[in-house]
Amino acid sequence: MTSAVSVSNLSVTYDDFKALNDVSVEIAPGESFGLVGESGSGKSTLLRAIAGLAPVTAGTIRVHDRALQGAKRDKAFYRAVQMVFQDPYGSLHPRQTIDRQLLEPLAIHGVADGERRILKALDEVGLGSGFRFRYPHQLSGGQRQRVAIARALILEPSILLLDEPTSALDASVQAEVLNLLEQVRRNHKLTFIMVSHDLGVVTHMCDRLAVMQGGRVVERLSSADLVAGRIGEDYTRSLMVASKGFQRKDVAATA
Amino acid sequence: MSTITETRPMTRREWLLSDRPQSRTQARLGRAYMTWQRFAANRLAVLGLIILLALVFVAAFADFLAPHSPYLGDLANARLLPPGSPGYLLGTDDLGRDILSRLIHGSRLTLAVVLLVAIIAAPIGLIVGAVAGYAGGWVDAVLMRITDIFLAFPKLVLALAFVAALGPGIENAVIAIAITSWPPYARIARAETLTVRNSDYIAAVQLMGASPIRIVFRHVMPMCMSSLIVRVTLDMAGIILTAAGLGFLGLGAQPPLPEWGAMIASGRRFILDQWWVATMPGIAILIVSLGFNLLGDGLRDALDPRESGQ
Amino acid sequence: MSALLTVENLKVSFPTRTGLVEAVRGVSFTLGRERLGIVGESGSGKSQTGRAIMGLTPGHAQVTAKQLSFDGIDLLSASPKVRRDLRGKRIAMILQDPKYSLNPVMSIGRQIVETLRQHENVSRAEARERALDMLAAVQIRDPKRVYDLYPHEVSGGMGQRAMIAMMLVAGPELLIADEPTSALDVTVQLEVLGILDKLVAERGMGLIFVSHDLRLVSSFCDRVIVMYAGRIVEELAASELANARHPYTQGLLNCMPAIGSDRHPLPVLDRKPEWAQ
Ligand SMILES: Nc1ncnc2c1ncn2[C@@H]1O[C@H](COP(=O)(O)OP(=O)(O)OP(=O)(O)O)[C@@H](O)[C@H]1O
Ligand SMILES: Nc1ncnc2c1ncn2[C@@H]1O[C@H](COP(=O)(O)OP(=O)(O)OP(=O)(O)O)[C@@H](O)[C@H]1O
Ligand SMILES: [Mg+2]
Ligand SMILES: [Mg+2]
Repeated sequence: MTSAVSVSNLSVTYDDFKALNDVSVEIAPGESFGLVGESGSGKSTLLRAIAGLAPVTAGTIRVHDRALQGAKRDKAFYRAVQMVFQDPYGSLHPRQTIDRQLLEPLAIHGVADGERRILKALDEVGLGSGFRFRYPHQLSGGQRQRVAIARALILEPSILLLDEPTSALDASVQAEVLNLLEQVRRNHKLTFIMVSHDLGVVTHMCDRLAVMQGGRVVERLSSADLVAGRIGEDYTRSLMVASKGFQRKDVAATA
Repeated sequence: MSTITETRPMTRREWLLSDRPQSRTQARLGRAYMTWQRFAANRLAVLGLIILLALVFVAAFADFLAPHSPYLGDLANARLLPPGSPGYLLGTDDLGRDILSRLIHGSRLTLAVVLLVAIIAAPIGLIVGAVAGYAGGWVDAVLMRITDIFLAFPKLVLALAFVAALGPGIENAVIAIAITSWPPYARIARAETLTVRNSDYIAAVQLMGASPIRIVFRHVMPMCMSSLIVRVTLDMAGIILTAAGLGFLGLGAQPPLPEWGAMIASGRRFILDQWWVATMPGIAILIVSLGFNLLGDGLRDALDPRESGQ
Repeated sequence: MSALLTVENLKVSFPTRTGLVEAVRGVSFTLGRERLGIVGESGSGKSQTGRAIMGLTPGHAQVTAKQLSFDGIDLLSASPKVRRDLRGKRIAMILQDPKYSLNPVMSIGRQIVETLRQHENVSRAEARERALDMLAAVQIRDPKRVYDLYPHEVSGGMGQRAMIAMMLVAGPELLIADEPTSALDVTVQLEVLGILDKLVAERGMGLIFVSHDLRLVSSFCDRVIVMYAGRIVEELAASELANARHPYTQGLLNCMPAIGSDRHPLPVLDRKPEWAQ
């Protein structure tokens, strides 16, 4: 079997609530895989479960053909899998300089050439060394998200989990960050798992996608199919319709 | 930005306030400078700081500043002289000792008590609270129940019990006060920890593979620091009063140590006729407590955690 | 249509250590009982405009305006008490970052109940009922469960809807919604917009809808104001947005990835200094 990430029959339960219910997805190395779906359907939970941040109650997760046990992850895992969070305002430590935050993963993993790696990572996300000793509150949302991407890349992972990386950014900055993500994916031959609720973004970035609703995957399809309207499920179709914008008549009818 | 640096050299102020610092030190100094500026904008806080710096100065140079010995009095000629008597600015006590000299030397004791308590109690509270808040579950339950037990007793009563058990003396008073004053700090640290524990930046360091100990010490605790510093500073007044209270009850510093609380206790016998014997140390306690309170208030504004968010 | 809100030459500036930052530099508009969209890139002053109307500008900032009045009340000269009473009850604002605007150590339901009881004299039980109804109205599937959850236990979109529920529960006459739907999936987004739309149509609420999603704004609002660097660069009817003349507006429209258009890399905005003049 050659898959970068393979999730089978995964369930995640919070108290009595099943946030994920029997979810299976298969992502090939180098692929860019999208997750779309209803708010609260468990998209973030799926990413967090892979990362070991959610209570898995059943099912297996395999990363590079190695099975992961519960929420235990070893150092090799953290070097292979990194995550970019949705909210650029909440994912950087407010009391630490950018430099310190980029240094932290290197210190934890005992990487020697920290200096060079930090400069390279900053350069790669288009920030340059002028930003190195700033605090997060001195950066704009787009710049913060670039720092978050730099931090995720600094351990040179092969898989990047992206939880709505641009939904808190405005359209012009979103374009810059999406371009940046595409570029680093090309340069590092990364595998992406990307959550977004914007079908435009997902079809732009991903080859295949899964549609989630109520803790389950209801449909898997390729972006090309979605664009061409070869859709199996009603829910997916309603997402497509809704993406076209607000229609007043519609609402009047349902309300 | 760069054009400015090219045309003329930066002043030190500009260097500190630069929004693109060139080194770790510059970033840190710049931040400290901004905190200082916010602090300095508050006049009362600066007054508090001056009072405390004066206290430190007096304590450091007590030997040179004190006109007389704090222990040896002139029993024959100088018993219970009122303030303003020649050579005895604040008067003398019943053993003919110069009150001013005793106050000056007593500042060392006060300062030592305050510092020792802060050094012992604040870290205990911080660690207990941060660990409890971060670990959650039974660790949290156990640590917080212990904290609650300590909190359930009035501080002075508990300190009294400890001193009674350990025996009177200034060292034991310090230990007793430290043991009784950490629980509120633990509560504060836990509350702060709870608000940061589920944030994405903590999840991000978890995802780097950081151990829980590293996360608590390097990422969670700094977030608890400012509220804790403010609280400890504000508590200092209370600690001085507790120490004085123990001294007053004869359970803290023992005679002839010039501890301010003990001085009040020995002066109360003549409170009606020789009011200054008890009043002068009282005023000293009042001023120093006020200093700590003003400083704490100023720090609260200067270290406001919101500043770092947006 | 009488104006619910009149804003004339509104300026907001922040004294900082590197000089005065002018976040809003002379914004004027009037709002009736309609949907007004404010679009613009990050940092263009959209939120600060909304906050100034709400009276939520940080203390050290300077707010000036030739006129800033809500329903005949001059907001700038109103006493803090009058403004506090207006806030939440008659004017409400959905803040941009739900995760930061919700209290992390209080359950979602209690926060809504507290808000309601601040403004209306209702019993605990009734407040709870209304809070649950409101959560259901914003399309939260399992209101009873979510009621008892803490902010970190809900998904991004649920937190945002909880915030919306909290703001709508007191029935405001003017609602400033600062990116209220940025974390919602498209179907829920439309449902939430449907609720706002109904409030405008049926109750005559005035709505200021701040967003950077130009397509959404053009389909939802009546009028759109485009902001750049603290100024209004263009004001036009929402349906006319596609024919916008200003290159900035066109650039913003152009850089969004669309379903089925295959542009790699995406065009990015090339900002011109003269736009800020
Ligand atoms: N710590 C937690 N405790 C209890 N319930 C939780 C917790 N974390 C998540 N949930 C629940 O799991 C469900 C799925 O949440 P998740 O964050 O995965 O949604 P999502 O698909 O990412 O939605 P969104 O698009 O709104 O971000 C939600 O109903 C949420 O309430
Ligand atoms: N407390 C502050 N001190 C100094 N400048 C500030 C402060 N708050 C906001 N600003 C500045 O005001 C400007 C406008 O900010 P505002 O939040 O209104 O932008 P926005 O249009 O809402 O952007 P976004 O889409 O990112 O929310 C920004 O340039 C910002 O840097
Ligand atoms: Mg999510
Ligand atoms: Mg904003």
